Amino acid sequence: MTIKTSLSVAALAAALGASAATAQQACPIKVGVLHSLSGTMAISETTLKDTMLMLIDQQNKKGGLLGCQIEPVVVDPASDWPLFAEKARELLTVDHVDVIFGAWTSVSRKSVLPVLEELDGLMFYPVQYEGEESSRNVFYTGAAPNQQAIPAVDYYLDELGIKKFALLGTDYVYPRTTNNILTAYLESKGIPESDIFVNYTPFGQSDWATIVSDVKALAADGEPVGVISTINGDANIGFYKELAAQGISADDMPVVAFSVGEEELSGLDTSNLVGHLAAWNYFMSADTPENEAFIQAWHDYIGDDARVTNDPMEAHYIGFNMWVNAVTQAGTTDVDAVIDAMVGQTFPNLTGGTAEMLPNHHLTKPVLIGEIRDDGQFDIISQTDPVAGDAWTDFLPESAVLESDWSKLHCGMYNTQTQTCVQLTSNY
Amino acid sequence: MTTAPVPALRRRPILADNPSVLWALLVLAIVTLGVTVLAEGAGAGVISTSFVKTLGKTLCLCLAAVAMDVVWGYCGILSLGHMAFFGIGGYAVGQWLMTARTYDIVAQSLAGQPLPPTPRELDQAVATQIFGVVGSDHFPWIWAFSHSLPLQLLMVVLVPGLLAGVFGWLAFRSRVTGVYLSILTQGMTLALSLWLFQNDSGLRGNNGLSGLQNIPGLEGWGQDRISIAFFWASALALGLGYLLFAWLTSGRRGSVIRAIRDDEARVRFLGYGVEGTKLLVFTLTAVVAAIAGALYYPQAGIINPGEVAPLASIYLAVWVAIGGRGRLYGAALGAALVSLMSSWFTGGGVPDIPLGIYTVQWTDWWTVLLGLAFVAVTLLAPKGLGGLFDLMPRAPSRRQGDWGPDDGAWRNEEGEP
Amino acid sequence: MRIVLALIAALWASMASAQTLQDLLQADPEAISDPSRRTVGEVLDRLVASGLPEVPTFLERWQAKEVVQRQSDGLFFYGTKEGGGHVLFDVSSGEEVGHSGPREVDELRPNAGVRGVIGSALIQFQLSDPDIARRQAALDAIAKDPAPEQLEPLRASLEGEDDPGVLARKERLENLLAARFEADPEARIAAIEALGSDITVEARAVLNQILSSEPRAADAIPAEANVAWKLTPGSDELPREAAYVMLVEAGLAPPRVTENAIRDALVAALAGGKVGDAPVATLGSDEARHAAYDAIAPARGLPPRISEEEVDAALGSHAFWQDYAEKDAAITGAAERALASAVTRVSLYQAADIALDAISLASIYFLAAIGLAITFGVMGVINMAHGEFIMMGAYTGYVVQTLVPDYTLSLILALPLAFAVTFAAGVAMERLVIRHLAHRPLETLLATFGISIALQQIAKNIFGTQARPLTSPSWLDGAWIVNDVLGIAYIRIAIFVLALLFLGLLLFILNRTRLGLEVRAVTQNPGMAASMGIDPDRIAMLTFGLGSGIAGIAGVAIGLYAKVTSEMGSDYIVQSFMTVVVGGVGNVWGTLAGASLIGILQKGIEWFNPSNTLAAQTYMILFIIAFIQFRPRGIVAMKGRAAGA
Repeated sequence: MTIKTSLSVAALAAALGASAATAQQACPIKVGVLHSLSGTMAISETTLKDTMLMLIDQQNKKGGLLGCQIEPVVVDPASDWPLFAEKARELLTVDHVDVIFGAWTSVSRKSVLPVLEELDGLMFYPVQYEGEESSRNVFYTGAAPNQQAIPAVDYYLDELGIKKFALLGTDYVYPRTTNNILTAYLESKGIPESDIFVNYTPFGQSDWATIVSDVKALAADGEPVGVISTINGDANIGFYKELAAQGISADDMPVVAFSVGEEELSGLDTSNLVGHLAAWNYFMSADTPENEAFIQAWHDYIGDDARVTNDPMEAHYIGFNMWVNAVTQAGTTDVDAVIDAMVGQTFPNLTGGTAEMLPNHHLTKPVLIGEIRDDGQFDIISQTDPVAGDAWTDFLPESAVLESDWSKLHCGMYNTQTQTCVQLTSNY
Repeated sequence: MTTAPVPALRRRPILADNPSVLWALLVLAIVTLGVTVLAEGAGAGVISTSFVKTLGKTLCLCLAAVAMDVVWGYCGILSLGHMAFFGIGGYAVGQWLMTARTYDIVAQSLAGQPLPPTPRELDQAVATQIFGVVGSDHFPWIWAFSHSLPLQLLMVVLVPGLLAGVFGWLAFRSRVTGVYLSILTQGMTLALSLWLFQNDSGLRGNNGLSGLQNIPGLEGWGQDRISIAFFWASALALGLGYLLFAWLTSGRRGSVIRAIRDDEARVRFLGYGVEGTKLLVFTLTAVVAAIAGALYYPQAGIINPGEVAPLASIYLAVWVAIGGRGRLYGAALGAALVSLMSSWFTGGGVPDIPLGIYTVQWTDWWTVLLGLAFVAVTLLAPKGLGGLFDLMPRAPSRRQGDWGPDDGAWRNEEGEP
Repeated sequence: MRIVLALIAALWASMASAQTLQDLLQADPEAISDPSRRTVGEVLDRLVASGLPEVPTFLERWQAKEVVQRQSDGLFFYGTKEGGGHVLFDVSSGEEVGHSGPREVDELRPNAGVRGVIGSALIQFQLSDPDIARRQAALDAIAKDPAPEQLEPLRASLEGEDDPGVLARKERLENLLAARFEADPEARIAAIEALGSDITVEARAVLNQILSSEPRAADAIPAEANVAWKLTPGSDELPREAAYVMLVEAGLAPPRVTENAIRDALVAALAGGKVGDAPVATLGSDEARHAAYDAIAPARGLPPRISEEEVDAALGSHAFWQDYAEKDAAITGAAERALASAVTRVSLYQAADIALDAISLASIYFLAAIGLAITFGVMGVINMAHGEFIMMGAYTGYVVQTLVPDYTLSLILALPLAFAVTFAAGVAMERLVIRHLAHRPLETLLATFGISIALQQIAKNIFGTQARPLTSPSWLDGAWIVNDVLGIAYIRIAIFVLALLFLGLLLFILNRTRLGLEVRAVTQNPGMAASMGIDPDRIAMLTFGLGSGIAGIAGVAIGLYAKVTSEMGSDYIVQSFMTVVVGGVGNVWGTLAGASLIGILQKGIEWFNPSNTLAAQTYMILFIIAFIQFRPRGIVAMKGRAAGA
């Protein structure tokens, strides 16, 4: 309904301002898809490429955008971080795409950032990340730490009465930063540093026996222990297998994971993991008509009813639709106009409620906590009201004074104490 | 067999010993000029900035491959760790790039404050910017020289030189050779990459150093001109490196180096210092690889520990083998060809081949092709692509029969007949 | 106690006889549909106090996520899924009352915290329940969240307990509860002393709870304090800054003026480009700012800066100590003694546990590396594709498991099949590639690397990049648990046994068979062996096949305990090389020694530095590089002529 009206408004505007808009708008509109199709990250990112192709296909069937068809330009950065920058430059300067949807790992995003800022490109980043960043040229449709990690810890503290924490993560920036934020947050909640056990393991770690034993030993203090896992990718398989083997049930010692979703669980037998937790902004089991339609469309497109949907897919779904609406509203795909039109865009979530794009280029999203079921899906046991994404965390002293606002302050890193803009372009 | 008296070895000019050097430098010069004229920076715009960067990076890889060729194709040490030195060079230069750029940004933002910043505040603000992402707000010790470009450039040479020197001295002294040595060098690069992966090592862990393409002091230039500048610098480095190694492998020293490859024990019995020569070659090639890395990463824009993973060094050996061992132009050719073809095939620019029931997508099958091609080259054409040049007509050698035990690498006639 | 409860219940029931369970629930439906651990207690008290006989059943089914709420009228039912909707049952009678369509009812999913509280509320109903499962559930609830008021009902239920296992558990829990909550000090100390040799987590948890303490600071240690130990400012335990902060928080010392506060004060005092007498431009150093601050502080009423000497003086004139929450020194003393005796035993068991982990890791490395070691020894070649043979074995296991659904049978089939597949692949590779590169070990290394990347990519193209499940049969699930500290997963024991089997098998083949004799001959001197009528080509082919076949079996084993991906081979290949190089080439015992050394070393380093597994791996590789300097031919070096080969 809203799409329809805004479409007709746009058509009217285009008709009135005819020459200007049509002269600038070259058909077809090109959308770059920058997801790894080979290498270690292909496991997660290929699905997102397919999601984008599906969304573009749907939009073209609805009549395209500004009277143009949308043409996807898919490239493969092959899980090679420098290659992300190279491919982004190619997309912007050779293919002249109007927008890029892409990247998964933080390091790949950081690789693309300087190119986007230099060439004034536009990118939608769909994955939950560690925050501490706000670029004018990027819209972050995944969760910031306060939209995933902090609510999950609150759930531990309030609902499960956990007093002792084991933060296990893969050794890279997302777990490191998230754990730093969580440590600061827990200390502000009165948990002493000695009750927070932190461990980092390499990518693809497979020998978990000792670490799981160490975590088990934490319970000897008599305080309830909770595990917060930022373990990434296929290392999770060995980790959960070891948990099951050592008989750690969710009642004894719950594990909440921030990087384990439906897709990751599909490589596992979950019967021994029932009750362990994950925190996301979306679960496939969400019972809404929008979600049912989305899953149906996905299954039809991919031709396999066994395929699951996950949180980053929803992020692309929201991001793409917001972009379509912003372009329609601006009447052009010009990056500056679209960036202005993006802020304040709203679009219904798949889990109910409405997502809104904030001036700091993050979304408002509800936070869901799910318990693993034996069929590899999640029971949603807690759903918060929509939480506004916070680019700079409030729990680290040097970030607490920072603010990001691209519509009024025109600055992604504004120091509220000294009232100066620390920097306009990111320092990556 | 031959009864002719062996004439005393005398010094010949490098070019006479190695006529390919002139040709190689000429080709390099033509490519450099051609690319410059056609690039966006010069106005022609036939070659995009991103492709200029790709070509500049390829030249750096060629330089690393030439170094690899000297250590393997000439000296017979199959090092599976030379990309570690390449990476160290990149890290060393990246430290300065990040620090200097961030100092500019921070000084700018602090300038608006009522009080002039103290050095402590400045340092802390810079450190927060660089290390905030890994949750720290002070410079680790390893960044001690990062504020100074000359010192950091010295590190580009010094750190890999020292590491290679110490590693080589230990390994050669205890006569570790052959596959043992290969595996040890592989262990070295794995240890380095694991160490870099740790945040505690102070080099930003898996994030690595990023935004390296923004050169402090050259903000007004724009990437189109910076890319050309780096392309030129890479070409110059490749040219000089090529000359250096042509000189190193010529004359009597070159003969000794090749003799070590062919039969180490005999060289030792003949009274030459085998360990010293090996150490010299190992260290020198490590330093040159590091210089190549220092030029490569500002063009790539980001360096992270994955770059020094063991696989990268093996690929370096693959390039040299495909190009042809024991000839410098072969190594450069192999590196350029394979790395450019890799980016072409994986870039999705190559049309898929429909085979009826199955469509061959090159993004999926390129690695398979590369792997099998590599096996084929090793088996069927041990001289590699460089062997094609042997087919060119030239004056027949008076030497008959086999020249030595290693029939993989290209071999020189030792001394004048 | 029970009689009292029953009386109260009966009283309530008569008073509120008109109230049905549904009415009670509707009094505060939010508390049922959207409960929180912190607030659910109230509604539970109300339900329990109503004395309605159906309340325990309701609580159990609520806990089991079987209650639904109809959206139209907010009524609660028991619901079971049927088609798109639910079949609804009345909460009081349990009779079927109708159906609902899709999205007409909400399934209530109380979270784990709420379920725990419900479990606690159920304890009183379940402790003497005829169903043993319910009694055990009640005991679990007590163990999970011990509380003083549980002691009495638990003691009361001891009497009628007829199951010896449950009785023992009840007595144990009674002792644990008494140690923490018993009012009489004598009885409490006795209960604590009974825990002396108990190393279970439960028991140590109780002792640690009794011994909980916190740091304190005062002018002097007060007489009534129960001091755990004294603290020294400036030690690792209590850094100087932290100690001073404690004094400030206790109101015993003035807070220090931070650099930021100084800056803010100076900015506030800024007037006409000057702060006091100092021009702004000179304030670019800490010393200048301090001086300027000292100059303006008295006039503006700002707190003076605290010098380092003043800090030292303040720290010196106060006492710091760790203070027990429990004020009775006799009780904490008893708990300390009990815990000390447990801790010694726990650390012994911990060492044993690490040793088990190390042995397990060593057996995995051994399985992964032994095939490599044999081929290296016989032919002098390094097979870079060895890791991919491991991967092929694992994928074979996965494929078998998709075809044969029974996990035990599929495992029995997968092991020989994996051996056969990789044996064939190894022989093919030897015939097609390696044979033609004889005596060129470096080229062999690179050629096999080409095969390795090709195989890896082919696996990706066939199976995708997603990790594939390889599930162990249920008899390999779980762990062999000696006590709460010492235990090891069955799957790891199985891998250990497998490694032992192959060790024995290889020793037998090499030392007791004709083939072994020929292999050893070729290893020592191929030329001489050939002139004795042994066909070195055939031997090379067979050993290569054997080595690859074992890699395939190792793949199944690794896939069972970790994961099956196309890149799993590369995770093990460098470690396998290291194992072979450290152990010494071409010798089964050497490989065993190498694998043990690396496994033990890695676990040892992890033990000293438990928070950084990555560092452990780095140090291990550095150690190996250093080790090779001293024993370039490995731990078990070949002697005589073979050493030169």
